[in-house]
Amino acid sequence: MKLDKRTVLVHRHAAIVRITHWVNAICLGFLLPSGLQIFNAWPSLYWGQYGADADPALLSIAGFPAWLTLPSFQDLAAGRRWHLFFAWVFVINGLVYLAYSLWSGHLRRDLVPRNAELAPRHLWREIVDHARLRFPKGEEARRYNVLQKLSYAGVALVLLPLMVLTGLTMSPGMNAAAPFLLDLFGGRQSARTIHFISAALVVLFVLVHLAMVLLSGVWNNLRSMITGRYAIQESHHD
Amino acid sequence: MTDTRFTRRRFLLGGALGAGTALLAGCDIAVQDTVTGRVLDKAEDLTRSAQRLLQGRHALAREYTEADISPHFRVNGTSMPDSDAYANLLGNRFADWRLQVDGMVARPRAFSLAALKLMPARTQITRHDCVEGWSAIGKWTGVPLADLLRITGVLPGARYAVFHCADELEKTLDGSGRYYESIDLVDAFHPQTILAYGMNGKDLSVGHGAPLRLRIERQLGYKQAKYLMRIQLVDSLHDLWGGKGGYWEDRGYEWYAGI
Repeated sequence: MKLDKRTVLVHRHAAIVRITHWVNAICLGFLLPSGLQIFNAWPSLYWGQYGADADPALLSIAGFPAWLTLPSFQDLAAGRRWHLFFAWVFVINGLVYLAYSLWSGHLRRDLVPRNAELAPRHLWREIVDHARLRFPKGEEARRYNVLQKLSYAGVALVLLPLMVLTGLTMSPGMNAAAPFLLDLFGGRQSARTIHFISAALVVLFVLVHLAMVLLSGVWNNLRSMITGRYAIQESHHD
Repeated sequence: MTDTRFTRRRFLLGGALGAGTALLAGCDIAVQDTVTGRVLDKAEDLTRSAQRLLQGRHALAREYTEADISPHFRVNGTSMPDSDAYANLLGNRFADWRLQVDGMVARPRAFSLAALKLMPARTQITRHDCVEGWSAIGKWTGVPLADLLRITGVLPGARYAVFHCADELEKTLDGSGRYYESIDLVDAFHPQTILAYGMNGKDLSVGHGAPLRLRIERQLGYKQAKYLMRIQLVDSLHDLWGGKGGYWEDRGYEWYAGI
């Protein structure tokens, strides 16, 4: 594994991006299973302002298996303690990331797709390449490809903020402080349903993200998210 | 060479996964009264401070219209207090029931249901959010707690209003299964904090807490104590039952239930 002459290490991830990435990962590791614990206390979802026994439910299940929840037995009080503690860490960490991304240009430079990248032909080629597990090499690997940009921006700017806002909409205290949240999501029970759907999408993202990390060079990817350095093959030496 | 690295990496990865599993298993330990628990509890203080800052004292909970009222309002917790004393009060249609207001008040008093109904009333259609996740909308009619406390006066140093209830949610020898709740004076004097004797235009039913229950609309369902018997003003919650300020609080739930 000695680096050959054509392999160079480029500085890929800034320290703040790396730190907030791992803090975020830890938060999700606690928020998702404690969220399932809370869901299991009333495993039905509704639309609108109210929803209970006799009201028509969108979804009603027996609940998730205990081993998926935190704690691993029925304990709503403890589940809430874990969830609401890591919700704070998650929000503060997310604000640090967003402030840095705006201020440093990370958002504009690395995450917002260029017009040419959004051309249908280019998008289609990227999708086909990904499906064939052919990942960008050389100079192209210096930057995120457009599918990475779209999914990272979608998660960081839409999905995770949506989790926070729908979570806050379930809070009667926040409803008094910011009543527009109830109107934005169409009621507390709608917000609870959207919170659950968003969480499912976060899980989907994490699964695809982990698969891509594994398939496109796990050690190189891991190193770049820990030390910041990412190995690429310099194409002009070919 | 490659093989060694591979093994070491495998070892590191295995170690990390193992540590993760051990960590999650560690999360199963009781969170109450442990170091972990005390760290997690910091979030409750932060939530209370943040919400109070954003709300100010008088931000109101959303009030709905008649059309929004839940066709069926779930009865939760106690549906019928199991005691002879309560049965007697109910048998007499609460004519002998009195709400005792005492503790750190200037003029301790007992109020009959008729006396409460003669006081200026407030009616509000609000949403009840159970900590479990469900919600129901109902119309509540009652006396603002602030009006009652202005009659009795509140002594300097009083910090909490404690609500003692007629129902025992858990049968215990020492009575620690009796339902009680507490709120601070910010919420006690909030305009939507009422002692409700009416629901959806009728007298409060037994299932929903007859003859009188608390409505404190910026917090979750377990704060809405039913079957009120006594309101006690105190400067500390430590000497009451488990010391956490409420039946569910003594069993691990947050005292500040704004989220």
